[in-house]
Amino acid sequence: MAATASMMPIFQQQISSKNDLVPNWTSEEVSTGTTIMAVEYDGGVVIGADSRTTTGAYIANRVTDKLTRIHDRIYCCRSGSAADTQAIAEVVSYQLGFHSIELDERPLVETAANLFRASCYRYREELMAGILVAGWDRRKGGQVYCVPIGGMLVRQPVAVGGSGSSYIYGYMDSNYKPGLDKNQCLELTASALALAMERDGSSGGVIRLASISEDGVERRVLLGDQLPRFSTH
Amino acid sequence: MEKHYTESKVKGVSTGTTILAAIFDGGVVIGSDSRASIGGEYVSSKTINKVVQVHDKIFCCMAGSLADAQAVIKTAKFQLSFHCVQMESPPLVIAAASVLKELCYKHKDELQAGFITAGWDKKKGPQVYVASLGGMLISQSVTIGGSGSTYIYGYVDAKYKPDMTREECQQFATNAIALAMGRDNVSGGVVHLVVITEKGVEHVVVPGDKLPRFHDE
Repeated sequence: MAATASMMPIFQQQISSKNDLVPNWTSEEVSTGTTIMAVEYDGGVVIGADSRTTTGAYIANRVTDKLTRIHDRIYCCRSGSAADTQAIAEVVSYQLGFHSIELDERPLVETAANLFRASCYRYREELMAGILVAGWDRRKGGQVYCVPIGGMLVRQPVAVGGSGSSYIYGYMDSNYKPGLDKNQCLELTASALALAMERDGSSGGVIRLASISEDGVERRVLLGDQLPRFSTH
Repeated sequence: MEKHYTESKVKGVSTGTTILAAIFDGGVVIGSDSRASIGGEYVSSKTINKVVQVHDKIFCCMAGSLADAQAVIKTAKFQLSFHCVQMESPPLVIAAASVLKELCYKHKDELQAGFITAGWDKKKGPQVYVASLGGMLISQSVTIGGSGSTYIYGYVDAKYKPDMTREECQQFATNAIALAMGRDNVSGGVVHLVVITEKGVEHVVVPGDKLPRFHDE
């Protein structure tokens, strides 16, 4: 029996996992297996995330805030290990705050993104962090930078991340167009996150949204009954 | 630069693939991409047809190890034609799906193949069944499979509506497979579609230059 068990195809679908017999939260690391998204529009950015933090099969926090303030007009969306991303965000906030005082003006989003990238790349072997940096600055307006696991840095008009992001690449590719306005971006983000939360076991809870522009940051939460719904089949 | 890629757990030629089947008002569309690869590094065929006919109005799509899938389909076709002779009538879609499921389940330790079966019969009209890797069999109105399907779950959940027209469903299937091909490196080539209705069967091939394009292309 042991010999055949090791040859079993790994993609077997099961009604429930073997882990259900014994709780595994004592041995699993806390992870923000998650879905995060950020979209640029003319004048700012919209960012969104689900709210589930898991320790194995246990949901350690079902109302997590994964949209973390780095500076007045710069936020980051965190995915991967909760500990790693919190630590990196703290370090970058400190570095950016200091830099902003030296400069005597608001820091650039690209600066924040590069600080993230520097930490994520230098400690790439120890860290597990996938981060989206988004914000507004006077020079280039709304910008979204993607710093995935490994420490790459790339600017994109729309970016998704986290375990749930795989399921919404198709939706995002077909529904995003350049030139959307703020409300369209908010709708797109909310719908995409809702679809991912339906399919990904590590994503769920409420949808947290924020829009960042020159005028400031507006945050909102979509609770369970307010989540976008799609035809069930 | 280091190469990071998800290790393919399928040995030999795999249909790292995208397959889809959806019911519309009066029939069913079943479709797939056309790429076969070895370990995600070499494309061994750009134009393989993964939609296989097992009976007049019953087609199935294969995913997983190409060798396993072809062997299972060959056995299933034989068993089904025998069943057809015994019953003296065309087989039901669920019969075809069950034959595949039995083979997948009985030999689950050796095989690595999953199937989507779609067709039309007189008893229940258009139907879609999924016979997955371990041997589960379920009926759904729309289903996707293969490695590329991960990327289009959101799109399919959002866009599929029951009782679409034939043209809408064909467009939906083409778009979904094109989106998956755009993100999955082991899916690609052309889109093969088969539309099955009471009246008959139609093959549609959508070549690369006719595929829908999206915002970043």
